[in-house]
Amino acid sequence: MYDRALSETYSLPTQQARPKWRPVTEESPLTRAILIAVALGGLALLVVAPLAVVFAEALAKGAGAAVASLAKPEALSAIKLTLIVAAISVPFNAIFGVAAAWTITKFDFRGKAFLITLIDLPFSVSPVVAGLALVLLFGTNSLLGGWLVASGFPIIFALPGIVLASIFVTFPFVARELIPVMIEQGRTEEEAALTLGASGWRVFSTVTLPNIKWALLYGVLLCNARAMGEFGAVAVVSGKIRGQTATMPITIEMLYNEYLSVAAFTLAGVLALLALLTLILKTGLEWRHADQLAATRRH
Amino acid sequence: MHIEIDEIAKSFGTTTALHPVSLPIPSGALVALLGPSGSGKTTLLRILGGLEFPTSGRVLFDGQDATGLSVQERRAGFVFQSYALFRHMTVFENIAYGLRARPRRTRPPEAEIERRVTKLLDLIQLPQIAKRFPNQLSGGQRQRVALARALAIEPRMLLLDEPFGALDARVRKELRHGLREIHDTTGLTTVFVTHDQDEAMELADLVVVMSMGKIEQVGRPQDIRARPATPFVREFIEA
Repeated sequence: MYDRALSETYSLPTQQARPKWRPVTEESPLTRAILIAVALGGLALLVVAPLAVVFAEALAKGAGAAVASLAKPEALSAIKLTLIVAAISVPFNAIFGVAAAWTITKFDFRGKAFLITLIDLPFSVSPVVAGLALVLLFGTNSLLGGWLVASGFPIIFALPGIVLASIFVTFPFVARELIPVMIEQGRTEEEAALTLGASGWRVFSTVTLPNIKWALLYGVLLCNARAMGEFGAVAVVSGKIRGQTATMPITIEMLYNEYLSVAAFTLAGVLALLALLTLILKTGLEWRHADQLAATRRH
Repeated sequence: MHIEIDEIAKSFGTTTALHPVSLPIPSGALVALLGPSGSGKTTLLRILGGLEFPTSGRVLFDGQDATGLSVQERRAGFVFQSYALFRHMTVFENIAYGLRARPRRTRPPEAEIERRVTKLLDLIQLPQIAKRFPNQLSGGQRQRVALARALAIEPRMLLLDEPFGALDARVRKELRHGLREIHDTTGLTTVFVTHDQDEAMELADLVVVMSMGKIEQVGRPQDIRARPATPFVREFIEA
């Protein structure tokens, strides 16, 4: 009692000797616990559980059955087709995305806003609609499609159609990733390189590209994940011919509808693993080049 | 190099940045383009450097028409307001950039590049920072590296856009002397843009006062102080 009165009178710090641990936030421990539980619960329910279920179903009849289902010709053909489609559409969209972002951010011209809207179009159009549009344009019933089929180069129900559909759907990823980065970086570094005598191509390869390479990598990874996973547009244009035009997502759906759950979930597991692999690759690159990432941020 | 600006005008869409302006810049002079923002001074500097092209009028270098010369052909050492150093390259690589960008037959060998970069680092009095990245430098150091990079291409003229704009007052004073010294050693025709009348008056041989896309007055600092030609000039240099 006396102590307290004294410390209040002289405003002596009573507990200064051992500072109490104080959390950075003001919320009560209960609130914090609830918030953390909600976040972790959501993560478990929405991300971890579905992945775990896919792998559990795939291995339900043992690893042997899973491997055997992958060795079947239709599974192998689906994996091969998906990889081929990604290998064509991702580089195409990477080049297109860089060109589009470069044009939009480094030059002023009429119709720029319209071009940006056009690039975003695949995000707002349903993939099924995009697939149907391709069928109408290139199908046997159209003038162009009839001629193409007659000359032995069919687009619909064949690889070119699947590639076109994948390209359309993954069109915006790289450009969308690059445009904000390039706007933020401005044009002055490129202008400086020009005044130092560098040609346009040299400016691009020695100044622009090094500055955007991380954003470009993210864009390519997103584009790749979507190209491998696209279902709607590809389902319409591919005709789902087993062993020929059925990509991995389409084969998964067909197997599932036929109650071949081990085969369906094994293939789904492979698709998920491919996605995880790209994520691991990205994290690995970030970790290895952490110093460079820091150095290329805006100074 | 003698620069002649002959009736240069520039408009962006419907806005006029420069009304026809004419200005002779004597060889070896240190010239300040002085004016408030929006006066057209930076546009004029960018036209000299070949980063913008005039709507009408001509630019003459030593009597030769240079209006159509590309930015690379101008060989103007340009220092940008924010320095525009290449952030993913070391200071050494930044300064060497212009030499490496040359076509193979005129590109100096590696040893020569190294010798020249070292010499330029000595000139800007920062011999020890060759291996650093731009984000590891102070504002004043960045500005000097940008100057060295511009000088590396052996430019025909030196163009600087608000070279001291982003620096604190003490560093600014120091670097003003630095620029004067570099100008006097190299003898390059130098044009710099500023909105700071003290800076223009202290540093330049010739001050060009601009406002609203027009040249208000051209003269030596003491003449402009003694006899401002228009009410605008009087007000601006008193501010």
